[in-house]
Amino acid sequence: MTNLLEIRDLHKRYGTVEVLKGVDCSMRQGDVISIIGSSGSGKTTMLRCINMLEEFQGGTISIDGQEIGYETVGGVRRRKPEREIARQRALTGMAFQQFNLFPHMTAAGNVMLGLVKVKKMSRDEARGLAEKWLDRVGLLSRKDHYPGQLSGGQQQRVAIARAIAMNPKLMLFDEVTSALDPELVNEVLQVIKGLAEDGMSMLIVTHEMRFAYEVSSRVIFMNQGRIGEEGNPREMFLKPKTERLAEFLKTSTFN
Amino acid sequence: MDFGFLDQLWVARIPLLKGLGVSISISLLSIVAGTVLGIFVGLALIYAYRPVQWLVRGYTDFIRGTPVLVLVLASYYVLSTVGIDLGPFQAGVLALAVFCSSHVGELVRGALQSIPKGQTEAAKAIGLTFPQTFAYVLGPQALRQALPAWVNTAAEMVKASTLLSIIGVGELLLRTQEVISRTFMSLEFYFFAGFLYFVVNYGIERFGRYVERKTAVPS
Repeated sequence: MTNLLEIRDLHKRYGTVEVLKGVDCSMRQGDVISIIGSSGSGKTTMLRCINMLEEFQGGTISIDGQEIGYETVGGVRRRKPEREIARQRALTGMAFQQFNLFPHMTAAGNVMLGLVKVKKMSRDEARGLAEKWLDRVGLLSRKDHYPGQLSGGQQQRVAIARAIAMNPKLMLFDEVTSALDPELVNEVLQVIKGLAEDGMSMLIVTHEMRFAYEVSSRVIFMNQGRIGEEGNPREMFLKPKTERLAEFLKTSTFN
Repeated sequence: MDFGFLDQLWVARIPLLKGLGVSISISLLSIVAGTVLGIFVGLALIYAYRPVQWLVRGYTDFIRGTPVLVLVLASYYVLSTVGIDLGPFQAGVLALAVFCSSHVGELVRGALQSIPKGQTEAAKAIGLTFPQTFAYVLGPQALRQALPAWVNTAAEMVKASTLLSIIGVGELLLRTQEVISRTFMSLEFYFFAGFLYFVVNYGIERFGRYVERKTAVPS
């Protein structure tokens, strides 16, 4: 059986600065992997390469066996056509630190856009699905509200519903609670936990160590553009093998 | 014989009304043409290939740095020397449309650039292609953003239409001057013309407010 996600020797440069220096990672259906590490370690960049929000210069990323973003024809590596990349992006769903809801659309409208325009559903069908997912994140009663009328936590839950309604094979969470007031963090984490219990495959970049510990089947510690250490959360948090991870855990709150 | 202003106004009603009609046609045509052209200018300023961008940037900077009157005169007198023979009305509308396009282009560019990057990224993340992203995410937000300034530009075009009197287009100002040269009631008729321009621009402004209200996003 092919892995859901297969990353091999991923290299990413901004100009001359190499931010990913050869990352390997594989993931099976149903895995929940948290990526931790200090800022600038490359964890968000790695996530953004998976859905081609960032270009990368070396290595391959495959989802369900199909190579993402690039193809090699006659020994020459080149970017796939934009239409193909757009289609591949729909294999994954992404939630962002800043929510990035479309401010001119209602909560339901945000969720429906991709269903209607990408999945080519009828508006009625899309509305039904949008309402199902808004209900799932506890916001059915807010479906006709605009993002400006919602709290940060509510906006993030709508953003998660928008991504998940597209039925992605893999969900990417990019520091989804970092922009939230402390009292709103939990409602978002509960939604993600619920998805994990449903068997959704997820890659989660987070600074919430307690959450990573509880929800993950595996944890990856990124350090200076490489994977510094990885393993099950129990070993990682309680018995770190590397100096760097022990150091990092000491400076982060685990409560 | 002592004709009062109202009598003179009645006598001059037909040329003045026709003048007003011509002013409105000039404004409408140049706003519509200038806006359509300006949207392409704005898009080119952001999305075109580098050399095209520089070219369009040069175009807008040059046009915006030139007085409208000079554009009007150039359009009428200079174009004819290179074999493009336009009537005063056509030449004038062309000049105003070009002027309008450079302003609308800047408005469109500014509006699009004010939209956070995250919007495009979120649209990409759900699998929208670029044309779809533009049509459903960026475009609607940019339109709302640009609307107030666009209304302002439209009102400016109405005012700029008076410059066409210089090249002999029979719009409201020229007709008014003709009436004045016959009646010597300069104060009254200039005031009257000013009042008509005000009514047109006030109408545009009210209409802009109305559209703004209609398209406002609740928050």
